[in-house]
Amino acid sequence: MKGPIPRTDTADRTDAAARTNSANGADAVATSGARPGAEPGGGAGRFLRWDTAVGVLLVAVLLAGGGTTDGFAEITNLSAALNDTAEIALIALPMTLLVVAGQVDLSVASMLGLSSALAGALWDAGWAFELIVPLCLLVGVLGGLLNGWLVTRVGLPALAVTIGTLTLYRGLASVVLGNKAVSDFPESYAQWASYTEPVPGTFIPYPMALFAVLAAVAAFVLHCTAAGRSLFAIGAQEEAARFAGIRVKRIKLVLFAVAGLTASFAGIVYTLRYGSARADNGLGLELVVIASVLLGGVDFNGGKGTLGGAVAGVLLIGVLNNLLTLNGVSNEIQVIVTGVLLVISVLTPRVIALVTERRRRRAATAA
Amino acid sequence: MTQPEPAAAPAPVLALEEVTKSFGNVRALRGVSLRLHAGQAHALAGENGAGKSTLIKILAGVHGPDSGTVLLDGRPVSFAGPAGARDAGIAVIYQEPTLFADLSIAENIFMGRQPRRALGRIDHAAVREATAALMRRLGVDLDPDRPARGLSIADQQIVEIAKALSFDARVLIMDEPTAALTGTETARLFAVVDALRAEGAAVLFISHRLGEIFELCGSVTTLRDGALVATEDLDGLTEDDLVRRMVGRDLEELYPKQDTASGEPALTVRRLTREGVFHDVSFEVRRGEIVALAGLVGAGRSEVVQAVFGVDSADAGEVEVGGEKLRPGSPTAAMRAGVALVPEDRRQRGLVMEMSIERNIALTGLDRLGSAGVVRRTLERSRAADWAVRLQLKYGRLSDSVGVLSGGNQQKVVLAKWLATEPGVLIVDEPTRGIDVGTKAEVHRLLTALAADGIAVLMVSSDLPEVLGMADRVLVMHEGRLVASLPRAEATEESVMAAATGRSSEEAA
Ligand SMILES: Nc1ncnc2c1ncn2[C@@H]1O[C@H](COP(=O)(O)OP(=O)(O)OP(=O)(O)O)[C@@H](O)[C@H]1O
Ligand SMILES: [Mg+2]
Repeated sequence: MKGPIPRTDTADRTDAAARTNSANGADAVATSGARPGAEPGGGAGRFLRWDTAVGVLLVAVLLAGGGTTDGFAEITNLSAALNDTAEIALIALPMTLLVVAGQVDLSVASMLGLSSALAGALWDAGWAFELIVPLCLLVGVLGGLLNGWLVTRVGLPALAVTIGTLTLYRGLASVVLGNKAVSDFPESYAQWASYTEPVPGTFIPYPMALFAVLAAVAAFVLHCTAAGRSLFAIGAQEEAARFAGIRVKRIKLVLFAVAGLTASFAGIVYTLRYGSARADNGLGLELVVIASVLLGGVDFNGGKGTLGGAVAGVLLIGVLNNLLTLNGVSNEIQVIVTGVLLVISVLTPRVIALVTERRRRRAATAA
Repeated sequence: MTQPEPAAAPAPVLALEEVTKSFGNVRALRGVSLRLHAGQAHALAGENGAGKSTLIKILAGVHGPDSGTVLLDGRPVSFAGPAGARDAGIAVIYQEPTLFADLSIAENIFMGRQPRRALGRIDHAAVREATAALMRRLGVDLDPDRPARGLSIADQQIVEIAKALSFDARVLIMDEPTAALTGTETARLFAVVDALRAEGAAVLFISHRLGEIFELCGSVTTLRDGALVATEDLDGLTEDDLVRRMVGRDLEELYPKQDTASGEPALTVRRLTREGVFHDVSFEVRRGEIVALAGLVGAGRSEVVQAVFGVDSADAGEVEVGGEKLRPGSPTAAMRAGVALVPEDRRQRGLVMEMSIERNIALTGLDRLGSAGVVRRTLERSRAADWAVRLQLKYGRLSDSVGVLSGGNQQKVVLAKWLATEPGVLIVDEPTRGIDVGTKAEVHRLLTALAADGIAVLMVSSDLPEVLGMADRVLVMHEGRLVASLPRAEATEESVMAAATGRSSEEAA
């Protein structure tokens, strides 16, 4: 290269800042001359993040529940409360990844029902449970691939596609099992899914222990890997992701397949937990899943959110429902509480933004 | 509103008094004053991040100032957003086109103020006719019914210009309207603006092509680091004077082209065709060579390079890199073969606007930031910091979202993102769009140095001096066909323009 890089006042300053950054690594940046929160309001959003707030709220509800409600803090109740959210929690993991990538899958609860119905029908027909499980999972993957194929190859929006398959998979479930209910599943499997037999030495039932492991994996993928980065890029600006050589279509296809797989697995857990296979199992569950994810601060427009936030959202709704049940509040009211929470969670960031903007404008005109 | 004698005691139509504005710790403007007079064209000059766009956004009511006042006809005003400024007769062309992708060109231009018929129905015929008239006035051939999605940056810019011209503005403010235009479109734009000015409009103009400032304007205000350096007449000033005001020192050579020996062909394009867009395009770029792709707006240059990179599909033809055929339609395959494309549209294609600076730079090389797909953040940050130094990026923190950077600094991030892939074939589409003169020289030096290292560079540029100053060979496109391949010695303004406007191809035929 000819000659040194020309230096100006500005260049010098950025130069110095940048050099500190590279020298001191991660934490240097926050101190590179920046005054955090110097802009009124700008700082609040940065330091009180929504997902942290939901986590704090969860802890508060747990403590309040322990203090006010008899029987809440008992081991068996906590196990039961956790296990009651097992399917929602499991499906929430791929749903979080989907929503971050700007997609959504409304067909998950129908897939849960289809998997349950299929398990019931095959069990009824005398199949071994060890064969039924992989077959149900296979159907889940295929269903997910169909969603993904319609989205990526045919180019339809995920919302439209999965509204369609929501009906389709639920319909197939009815075809497979009619309105029968099949029970008497093998004891050993049923115990695995039951809250009465938690992981020895803990109050965590096996499905939720599995969830914990999967959540850790999903969090790692989303926040620490190249694939996770790609999801954020796709959700925020798909065109730019494509121009950066990210395989947008393939990634979406895999996401939908994983969602189908998880939903069908959740169908098995559901069947075992209630000891009953029915075509209408988990009806409407997709909305609770999505509500939990959004409550956890994942942006429905894609590109923003954390897995930790989504997990906190799931647990918060689960714990609240348990508390309300213990206090004799009816199911209908519980649904309303969930709904109100969701509306608040969607509204609050907007309201904060509006208020700070207005305050800023007022300060500006006053000056 | 006819001011008989603008020269005698001219009261400014629109003015700023002692305006300051900060974003967090970035002081974008510090006590800047500016006056715009009826019938006069004024220029605003300054490096990337000097505060030009911020000043314009304050004039237009997008931002409120932290202190200081905006005066309209001598009275303090505080516009309630851009609509308020528009109602006061201020037309603004922002640096980045902001069109509604799903609306037609005509609908975009008349958004929110469509001519109405009875019962408030929109008069679509009138909208279309008015748009067609505007396009004729600008001398461009754009179908009013075409949706904005898929328009090139230059075409989007033209739509923004038409939007600003579509109502009788008393003040016309233009933030780098010509950055993506070639000389031909720019000349038309200037003719229209001159006519408006003669009718009494006040004009504020920003451009990093200093020649344009001298051509259009009578006076200039220079900003450096958010502070006012000088407001003066352009008469008697030279481009070098202006550069000195902007950067505070003399500038080195703007086109530091080294002669390099070219090696084997690195990129070979054979009979590439995309129906209705470009036809039968064949060329090669050798290692160590800088080849420019010139032509008018709409000639199909960007479309060709996008098909080469695989983000667009081609209907026929093939692309070879280093002797190996490239799988068509796969940017991933192209990147693996060592091809990089710096796209012209940084907002949609070059950057993920809400992602941080460091993550944007990392996006093209995620798998190289650690093993087994894990992204090592310290590595990510130090790479970004290195590039920030090399390209003199002006930023607050590397974790800031790239959207808050000034336009030119965003362009530097796009460049960094692609240079970081260490390509063997570097395709750049308008690499210096919106970049200030100082950094432009630096980008040119970088391109030359890369070519000297044996990299093949293919450059699409609307900036003719840049094409002539940097290219070993100039390919010229006209209406979707490659019409000329001029070696450096034969490439002149005349020969390139003749080919670009289709004159030489007629002679040849
Ligand atoms: N919304 C914002 N939030 C934070 N910082 C901002 C914002 N807008 C502008 N800035 C900062 O203010 C400074 C001035 O930016 P501005 O866009 O006015 O520069 P400019 O002179 O137009 O540069 P260019 O020639 O690159 O377009 C830059 O440092 C930029 O990063
Ligand atoms: Mg600007």
